[in-house]
Amino acid sequence: MSDHRDPNRDPNRAHRLGGLLSREPSVVATGVEVLASALADQAVPVEAVDWRPPPAGTRDALAAVLGAPGHAEANARAVQRMVTARPHLVDVRPAREVLGLEPGTFLHAGPPLDWDRASGPMRGALIGAMLLEGLAETPRGAERELERGAAVFEPCHHHAAVGPMAGVVAPSMWMLVVEDAEHGGTSYCSLNEGLGKVLRYGAYGPEVIERLAWMGEVLGPALREAVRRHGPVDLMALIAQALQMGDELHNRNRAATSLLLRELAPALAAAEEVPRARAAEALKFAAGNDHFFLNAGMAAAKACADAARGVPGSSLVVAMARNGTDFGIQVSGTGDRWFTGPAGVPDGLYLGGYGPDDANPDIGDSAITETAGMGGFALAAAPAIVRFVGGEVPDAVAATQRMYEITLAEHPVLQIPLLSFRGTPVGVDAARVVRTGILPVIDTGIAGREAGTGQVGAGLVEPPANVFTDALHALAEIAHTP
Amino acid sequence: MRDWVEVRRGGYHDSVTLMRVSRQLSERPDVAGAMVAMGTELNREMFGRMGFAVPDDAGPDDLVVAIRVEDEGPDGTGLDEARGALDGLLRGASRPSARAGVLGEPAPARTTGAAAARGDATVALLSVPGPYVFPEAMDALDAGLNVMIFSDNVPVAQEITLKEAAARRGLIVMGPDCGTAVVGGAGLGFANAVRPGPVGVVAASGTGAQQLMCLLDAAGTGVSHVLGVGGRDLSPEVSGRSALAALAALDADPATELIVLVSKPPAPQVLDLIREAARRLDTPVVFALPLPGEDDLTRAAEKALRALGRPVPAWPRWTSRGGAAPVPGRALRGLFAGGTLRDEAEMIARDALGRELEARGHRFTDFGDDAYTRGRAHPMIDPTLRLEALRAEAADDGCGVLLLDVVLGYGAEPDPAAALAPAVAAALRDRPGLRVVVSLCGTAADPQDRDRQAVALCEAGADVFASNAQATRHALTLVDGSIVEGTPR
Repeated sequence: MSDHRDPNRDPNRAHRLGGLLSREPSVVATGVEVLASALADQAVPVEAVDWRPPPAGTRDALAAVLGAPGHAEANARAVQRMVTARPHLVDVRPAREVLGLEPGTFLHAGPPLDWDRASGPMRGALIGAMLLEGLAETPRGAERELERGAAVFEPCHHHAAVGPMAGVVAPSMWMLVVEDAEHGGTSYCSLNEGLGKVLRYGAYGPEVIERLAWMGEVLGPALREAVRRHGPVDLMALIAQALQMGDELHNRNRAATSLLLRELAPALAAAEEVPRARAAEALKFAAGNDHFFLNAGMAAAKACADAARGVPGSSLVVAMARNGTDFGIQVSGTGDRWFTGPAGVPDGLYLGGYGPDDANPDIGDSAITETAGMGGFALAAAPAIVRFVGGEVPDAVAATQRMYEITLAEHPVLQIPLLSFRGTPVGVDAARVVRTGILPVIDTGIAGREAGTGQVGAGLVEPPANVFTDALHALAEIAHTP
Repeated sequence: MRDWVEVRRGGYHDSVTLMRVSRQLSERPDVAGAMVAMGTELNREMFGRMGFAVPDDAGPDDLVVAIRVEDEGPDGTGLDEARGALDGLLRGASRPSARAGVLGEPAPARTTGAAAARGDATVALLSVPGPYVFPEAMDALDAGLNVMIFSDNVPVAQEITLKEAAARRGLIVMGPDCGTAVVGGAGLGFANAVRPGPVGVVAASGTGAQQLMCLLDAAGTGVSHVLGVGGRDLSPEVSGRSALAALAALDADPATELIVLVSKPPAPQVLDLIREAARRLDTPVVFALPLPGEDDLTRAAEKALRALGRPVPAWPRWTSRGGAAPVPGRALRGLFAGGTLRDEAEMIARDALGRELEARGHRFTDFGDDAYTRGRAHPMIDPTLRLEALRAEAADDGCGVLLLDVVLGYGAEPDPAAALAPAVAAALRDRPGLRVVVSLCGTAADPQDRDRQAVALCEAGADVFASNAQATRHALTLVDGSIVEGTPR
């Protein structure tokens, strides 16, 4: 805290060189320790930086990207768009209508992928989707069809959509429709199935398909009526409240789910189009699923991230997504290009008798929550689940604190009570990740590696470091070719 | 194998705690399998898959404990131990950690930008290796901080980019290769503890600025600010970008009544530019340049004092009894830590001796030069190389007088005389004909205490001067009888 005791009250003079000559000196010291301690000896406030050299081969790219005229302004503009987005849940409709999905076309999580490289849970979810759409009679049949290329599949992210875990969207699935009231974008996410043996974890047994059919027949239409009757639901306001109730909106959605139900239940009860029994079924299903809100939160995060896309020169990360084989990111200044690396196996806790050997590599679009400053970045808001980060509340706080090192802003709306209501770290800067070697911390569920298994655990995962250096080099190339 | 399943009513724990407890139990050597979970539908299924029979009445609000132990010995304690361990784990799960606060100290920032975001700093002092400085400097400018780059080996193109970016933001980049600055009383890099006063300094030379501020301090006058600009700022490529910004800032600073510009030899066209800019300021500007016909640092300090209407003192000196006898015909060897002090000494010597300088074997070396600092600390921090050179010169019969500078202040060696005084004494003992002259740049308030250093060096047999110019002239009189101490012009 410096006071602005300028002996000369002329404001133009006070602000010359940012007050260097008129304010009490205060220094950020990066490098030689002796110079920082010399300042401390003079009782000058010093913030010493724990600097380490960036990885070999990145020096010139860093200079090119950071030295490009307007780089800082581009980042500021991009992250500003991200944090000012105002996503609202406005509708619930089938994917074939809102996304124009043709029969035999499916969406999936993460960067582009073909069947040959698909992991167990992704294959399992696609098999289930084939069965759901009636394109195969048996799992074996579905697998054969998929093997011979009978289906088309594309990333959710190429359709303004996101999907948790395998993220498979079939034409008959109902989608949450989220509109950004500030920047006008629209994003989509499917409805959450609950936990355990579910399609998104690669399970495709009869109970999975039955549940999905019921979701299309009962849950989707009931939610549609409720949302339309209620009017747009301000998801950011709801997420901000849930953060203060102990959710981080990725691995814990209990508070947000309760708030959403509280918001929609009266409208659902009042909707004559929905038979009473069906309304009760829908409410019971949602109330029994602590992650019911996850998909709405993901669509909200997607809307925020998409608002920040396409700012030339910006190194802001606008998507982090995994398909079970590759981990991919997209960056604001490099358009729709994916930078990919091998998806890691999460470090976590396992259900029942499962262990790391049963775990599939990281999968899902749900890292969109971290992309928008929630999830792992907001761990300090969710003490109830800190055991994922090694066990104690200070570890969760440390995880969030670490993310401030690689982000461009503190969220003006999403606040963390434990950190004196500091905004969550938001807007991953690919350049900062490369410079610090600090990788984004991502909360995740863990899918069984065998198709059909379902969930085996939950924990934390890190992206492969190369995706950020690759993005940096791509930005540097663009900077060199005006 | 033996299974144990029990239901604990109303014993709620979150699923994450229970997953961890399950894992810790499973890791026990005598346990073949374990699961501790609430009796939800999903978990009951998991118990079933593991082959545990869960009672039908266990519901989602009940804690189910299932443990499978290896075949037990006759004492049958494995299960009891596992159950005991479970109780401990569950208790531990809900017990607060023994750490003091929940937050603890946040880890230090990892980039200049992140550190800048934590507070309200006015300047970033960067001393990482030159090739890595650029991102840190950009960070600082983007955060609205001025920058001082202590590092050298920064590409000139990056220096220009940074200085242009600073100009757009109304900030200044001091450096690269800027060793000294004083802002608002805080010494950055190598700086001396000097009193506040009316003289603002613009310095394209670190030790030049230090010499000037120490002389002013000795005269009872202080500095308002010392803004370094870096050794390359007055080159044709960089074209005085920071010097011009510094002049403008000091001109607008109400505490600055007079500006002194100190520099290594500047490019002529850049010097013209700076002189032109200086003429347009309201504040008078005095130039101290190591160029023929220009004022040396001591003279510039005297000029500044006169312009302020303050008396010019006799500059402090500590000379041995009766003064050293001359050693004509032998060579003068200058071993310097400060580049500008070296340049000034050589200029004064050339002024006196002209072409005779090299012919007579007189040499002036700057141990702060890149050639000597690559991969090691500056001689103001690490005296090793210079002490070696001192021994080598003392052993050279051709050498008659050693001229050394000692620069005190923040960031410099805590006690230079501790190593230098014994080395001087040893050299004089081994070579009775040798003379040692020291230019001591410091103030009484410096952490090393100038007067104590001076006395130690003087007692070792050196003639010690606060003025580098006077030290040089004194050394010259010792090697050439035709030169008289005092100012030749």
